Amino acid sequence: MITLQRRADPSRLMGYLAPLLALGITLLAGLLLFAILGVPIGAAFYAFFIEPVSSLYGWAELGVKAAPLIIIGVALSIGFRAQVWNIGAEGQLILGGIAGAAVALLFHENDGWYVLPLMILAGVAGGMAWAAIPALLKTRFNVNEILTSLMLTYVATLLLSWLVSGPMRDPDGFNFPESRMFHDAALLPRILEGTRLHAGAMVALGVVLAGWVLLTRTLLGFALRVNGAAPRAGAHAGFSQKKLIWTALMIGGGCAGLAGLFEVAGPIGQLLPSISPGYGFTAIIVAFLGRLHPIGVLFAGLVMALSYLGGETAQITLSLPLAVTGVFQGLLLFFLLATDVLINYRVVLK
Amino acid sequence: MPLRFGQGTLTALQSFCSLMPESISPRAETGNGKPLVEMRGITKAYPGCLANDSIDLQLHSGGVHALLGENGAGKSTLVKVLYGLLASDSGEIYWQGEPVHIASPAVARELGIAMVFQHFSLFDSLNVLENIALGMDVDASDELQQRIIEVSTRYGLPLDPTRSVYSLSVGERQRIEIVRCLLQDPRLLIMDEPTSVLTPAEVSELFVTLKRLADEGLAILYISHKLEEIRQLCDEATILRLGRKVAEADPRVESARSLATLMMGSEIPVSQDSRQGTVGEVLLDVKDLSLSAVDSHDIALRDLHLQVRAGEIVGIAGVAGNGQDELMQALSGERRLQQAQSLSLCGEAIGRQGAGERRRKGLCCVPEERLGHAAVPTLSLSENAFLTAHHRKSLGVAWFMSASRSRQFASEIIKRFNVQCHGPQALASSLSGGNLQKFIVGREILQAPRVLVVSQPTWGVDAGAAMAIHEAIRELADQGAAVLMVSQDLDELMQNCERIGALCAGRLSAFHRVQDITVQQVGLLMGGEELNGVNA
Repeated sequence: MITLQRRADPSRLMGYLAPLLALGITLLAGLLLFAILGVPIGAAFYAFFIEPVSSLYGWAELGVKAAPLIIIGVALSIGFRAQVWNIGAEGQLILGGIAGAAVALLFHENDGWYVLPLMILAGVAGGMAWAAIPALLKTRFNVNEILTSLMLTYVATLLLSWLVSGPMRDPDGFNFPESRMFHDAALLPRILEGTRLHAGAMVALGVVLAGWVLLTRTLLGFALRVNGAAPRAGAHAGFSQKKLIWTALMIGGGCAGLAGLFEVAGPIGQLLPSISPGYGFTAIIVAFLGRLHPIGVLFAGLVMALSYLGGETAQITLSLPLAVTGVFQGLLLFFLLATDVLINYRVVLK
Repeated sequence: MPLRFGQGTLTALQSFCSLMPESISPRAETGNGKPLVEMRGITKAYPGCLANDSIDLQLHSGGVHALLGENGAGKSTLVKVLYGLLASDSGEIYWQGEPVHIASPAVARELGIAMVFQHFSLFDSLNVLENIALGMDVDASDELQQRIIEVSTRYGLPLDPTRSVYSLSVGERQRIEIVRCLLQDPRLLIMDEPTSVLTPAEVSELFVTLKRLADEGLAILYISHKLEEIRQLCDEATILRLGRKVAEADPRVESARSLATLMMGSEIPVSQDSRQGTVGEVLLDVKDLSLSAVDSHDIALRDLHLQVRAGEIVGIAGVAGNGQDELMQALSGERRLQQAQSLSLCGEAIGRQGAGERRRKGLCCVPEERLGHAAVPTLSLSENAFLTAHHRKSLGVAWFMSASRSRQFASEIIKRFNVQCHGPQALASSLSGGNLQKFIVGREILQAPRVLVVSQPTWGVDAGAAMAIHEAIRELADQGAAVLMVSQDLDELMQNCERIGALCAGRLSAFHRVQDITVQQVGLLMGGEELNGVNA
């Protein structure tokens, strides 16, 4: 019989191995799923994991998808470490996109160098403003931030669709629910000619570094970690829990807003009714897959970006539904949570 | 399904039998000859520690047997094996000479073993009768109520079956647990540190009851580390140390000192008697301090007055749950006060300031709870050193932490206070209670506070570590700091403090010099009574 036996100490090795194990099991389960669907396993594997990154363009696309996941994933990790459960990064991303686009459209006849920086500020502020609502409700009335931040995502989606079909609609756009295309001064510079890889990818690396320094080297990061691990010890040390909740939500909202701005000012170049394929939600999986550690999030972001690309390729070459991406992401989170049990327990055969 | 049915029937049958009126009749059995229970060679290992190493234990009907040992000696493990909560790795148990396998508490109860736990399992919102009925898995009938009254009056355990549990004192709650056990008509009653939550008066009442039960032929296994109690109550003792049985003794002839020596394995140095320091100016001044209750479990503090002078150790006695937690929060700054003047540190009103600011100004605190409040279990000792000392010991530069300075400070604490651990990188949760407490107290003392407020400094700590902690606190006071010690342990307070008061239902009594009052009088203060004719 197989039993689980509690370890005397949590295993550090398993802390690193569990995500890899989860990836492996997800792969097997995915291929099994393809087999059941009657798709040749070899072709499916190739379409999903090899073909998307078999060209420079593919690698650039991986960066395009990974950048928002990493930016948001790092920020959410910081919040999750502090036990602040911001589930609404998707909504904050949308608000960042809206606010940034508003600046771009406001200055659409202006080529000044300051347009893009202003858009970035507006994007960050938009995300923060959206995250401020759960923060206020949590610190003032002790309302669960999981519910408020999640529900505000749906409000944000509807707000976006109202704006693109009303006030922010392109006056010359034949009534399509889209904004005007941004002019050059409002677009992010590309890092790689001939691809869509934009400056946001560099920012993502910067966010990883900043998040790592914040969490491991600063008093604020220490306070956030203590608040998550033992809130009463944090209070004993004199860290204000309210301030920490605000900080965590502002970091999450700000980064999500930034990622949203990068989407509209980068690959999309205008405001559309949908500006994100669920980056804000996928970033939650990225954060946990990366062990709530910025460096881990970097790798997890790349893996999850591949699941987006693989889903698209599989749709094109194998005519599989795009929902396969969601299935893969769900399987991964599922197996990750399952393999986490190995950190505190060992498997014993009797 | 059949299994479930079978078990249910068994429990119901058992409960029914225990409700039969004749089952209350006293046992006509003598304590001589065959033991009621015999445990032979009980061994139980946990990952990383051998909790019980081949322990033998014999219990006789009519006797009160003490199981004595420091924290971590293996008392609880042994008792849990006997009560069916844990399976031993090896060893046998004999019940009246017959080998038995006690697989679960239900089996233990069926044999006639009952246990009163240190932590009660009662529902606050239900009344006494309903709680007892729930614990026995029967209906709250009039018949049961009658039996409760019968048993409680018979053994001097006054209990009103219709009272709600939330309105009862800790002593009364314990009575519910004891009555619940007695209703099951046990042959052996196990009591796990029953007096740790009681006032001195309640302790003597409990002892009268226990002696009476033993006289009627019940075997009692009494677990404790309080030596005086054991000498008063018990007639046999088994002493455990580090998972091994080290001795059997007759506590009636042994002295407290010789028992302590057996328990600790070496002669304990005599701690000095009451302190004679020079007392200076007032450093901690509490005036009209009130704190409202936030939720229904909180105790509101009302109009507290208290002064602690430089070089002085002042003690606050009291049974847990009388406002100690709230007082600690009010003093540490975890909860800010309404009036800044309610709390002054060296003449400066600091009532409106938070915990960080107060510590910066020289008010350091040691809360009761070691893991999760005083220290973060999942962080290393050096990070835990940084936790409260980062400002006073400059363990960082601007917004950044200095890992090397934190490590240095942690190493200093470890060395000065002889903390047994794998070094500054060890996780706080990997230390034993006593060692972690030494680390935490050391962390605050080495910050050279003007005022140290310490709650339950030696709760659940072995005697050696307790001694070290007391000495360090006294030394701090000798150097001119003011110390406020909140504790449930009267011996600790009488030994270390100059003045003692008590906290009862959120109010502070007057403070008295230790030389002027007796332990019994402190007991009265803990019960909320004022002393007449004693200088305050």
